[in-house]
Amino acid sequence: MNLYGKAWKYGDNVDTDQIIPARYLVTSDPKELGQHCMEDADPEFSKKVHPGDVLVGLKNFGCGSSREHAPIAIKAVGVSAVIAKSFARIFYRNSINLGLPLFETDAVERIERGDDLELNPGTGEIKNVTKGETYQARPLPEFAREIMAAGGLMNYVAKKKGLTAGKPTPSDYDARRD
Amino acid sequence: MPMTITEKILAAHAEKKEVHPGELITCRIDLLMGNDITAPIAIKAFEKVGATQVFDPDRLTIVLSHFVPAKDIKSADQCRIARVFAKKHRLKYFYDEGRGGIEHILLPQEGLVVPGDVVLGADSHSCTYGGLGCFATGVGSTDLAAAMITGETWFKVPESMKFHFYGRLAPWASAKDLILYTIGQISVDGATYRAMEFTGEVVERLPVDQRLTLCNMAIEAGGKSGIVAPDEVTVEYVKPRAKRPWKLFKSDPDAAYHSVYEWDAGKIGLQVACPYSPDNVKPLEEIAGVEVDQVFIGSCTNARMEDLRIAARIMRGKKVAPYVRCIVIPATHQVFQEALREGLIEVFAEAGCAISEATCGPCLGGYNGVLGAEDVCLSTSNRNFPGRMGHPKAKVYLASPAVAAATAVTGKITHPEEVANV
Repeated sequence: MNLYGKAWKYGDNVDTDQIIPARYLVTSDPKELGQHCMEDADPEFSKKVHPGDVLVGLKNFGCGSSREHAPIAIKAVGVSAVIAKSFARIFYRNSINLGLPLFETDAVERIERGDDLELNPGTGEIKNVTKGETYQARPLPEFAREIMAAGGLMNYVAKKKGLTAGKPTPSDYDARRD
Repeated sequence: MPMTITEKILAAHAEKKEVHPGELITCRIDLLMGNDITAPIAIKAFEKVGATQVFDPDRLTIVLSHFVPAKDIKSADQCRIARVFAKKHRLKYFYDEGRGGIEHILLPQEGLVVPGDVVLGADSHSCTYGGLGCFATGVGSTDLAAAMITGETWFKVPESMKFHFYGRLAPWASAKDLILYTIGQISVDGATYRAMEFTGEVVERLPVDQRLTLCNMAIEAGGKSGIVAPDEVTVEYVKPRAKRPWKLFKSDPDAAYHSVYEWDAGKIGLQVACPYSPDNVKPLEEIAGVEVDQVFIGSCTNARMEDLRIAARIMRGKKVAPYVRCIVIPATHQVFQEALREGLIEVFAEAGCAISEATCGPCLGGYNGVLGAEDVCLSTSNRNFPGRMGHPKAKVYLASPAVAAATAVTGKITHPEEVANV
């Protein structure tokens, strides 16, 4: 299933304090976290972003703390995927565990704020509709693809262990877009 | 095949003879850790999939540290989720305010992490424990939740980078200066996905407290882990407190590294990370004289006894500069008690410092010392990204406890030499 949205472009080292400042970590409610997404980097972001839009960073996106509130806030505000030149390790892991699609490619340099994008999480293909260009992201490791396909790490583990919630179900962390 | 200490520990926990960088492995976990911010999400995820039992309640520790004593109603509710879960599952190692402290200083202190362990902590500074010669790394809440069920997790075996310090530390310099210098050299993503191994005669002479400081900031270079090979100094520290048997690993002399850096510690001197990134590091001399509004001596990086002793030695008989505030937060309740017995707390109190029970509080702009838009702070903590300690415009400089104490006395960034013995 392809994802469609406009690009919101930021720079190097977008850290988790900018994605969701620690002052909001008194809750894990996705909706509340989403309202403050990217607040310290761009106070207007959460008000102007549309469901499906794509966050674009340069190198080391998501560096800093291990707070899962960062990918939770990104999903909850309606962002469908993140594209970056490189991701910080814990953010990368957290995003896969929660089923947030990540695209890693040097082609981020070509993407500008407001570009219309079409993304294929299965193949890693990025179409820049505005510029009429196509980029290829580095493929996710197979293990990570299995977790994504199961609907996140908890469903993956539950299935393996034969727990009640072994099949993909909408999780509390999923962005509500209806 | 020759292996690094990191590869050996991971191989032992994956029940394999050897592992290679890049290989995906499943590892048995010796200890899992969550705090008041990360554990509640993990607990909800754990319960949501219908899990009813922690794989081993003695191997999951929950430490309330970030917003305790509760700063507001929401943080009180969050702590309650962790408390109720700990009681329900009879967690032996649950630490509440007044009995615990900042997890990264508490767990080594309590002997809950030992050399040779694989530790998974739902907090990015979990890499701290590598100072004891174990593999420890930070993860998010969902990884914690999954491991609470299975007792294992997956890793990509990291490549190792070696940082070798020879010579002798410069006067007043400490592990904090070595790690700030390292991050300044390789940048905030210079070690992404890799293990940072610290070696050399300088590291071997460091007490455990400082080895923990060295590994604490591996994450600020993007590192998956930091590690110091365990030796007699480690064993002496671990022996009276270990809750489990330990195992000493060391790198083979011909092990393969992604890269090797060799530095003369004597030339490194005192270092300061300037706003707004931990890799914006300058020698102290270059920015000495910058005026500050607040000094913070605390956090998982620098609030152990070693740190408080050096700060007290500089501040003894002196006062915090007029119109400047200095906040001192010993890292654990036990550090607080020891500092009280040694008379350090009295030195800080006499100097006019604000002193509090252990908490991460100000380091992450939580409470107990949050910065306003115009504030300039010198802090012994580990991050100075925009908004880290409060308002996104506030400026944070990171340095050692010695520099922090001297700066508190003069009100501007100061070399400890200028204040001590004066």
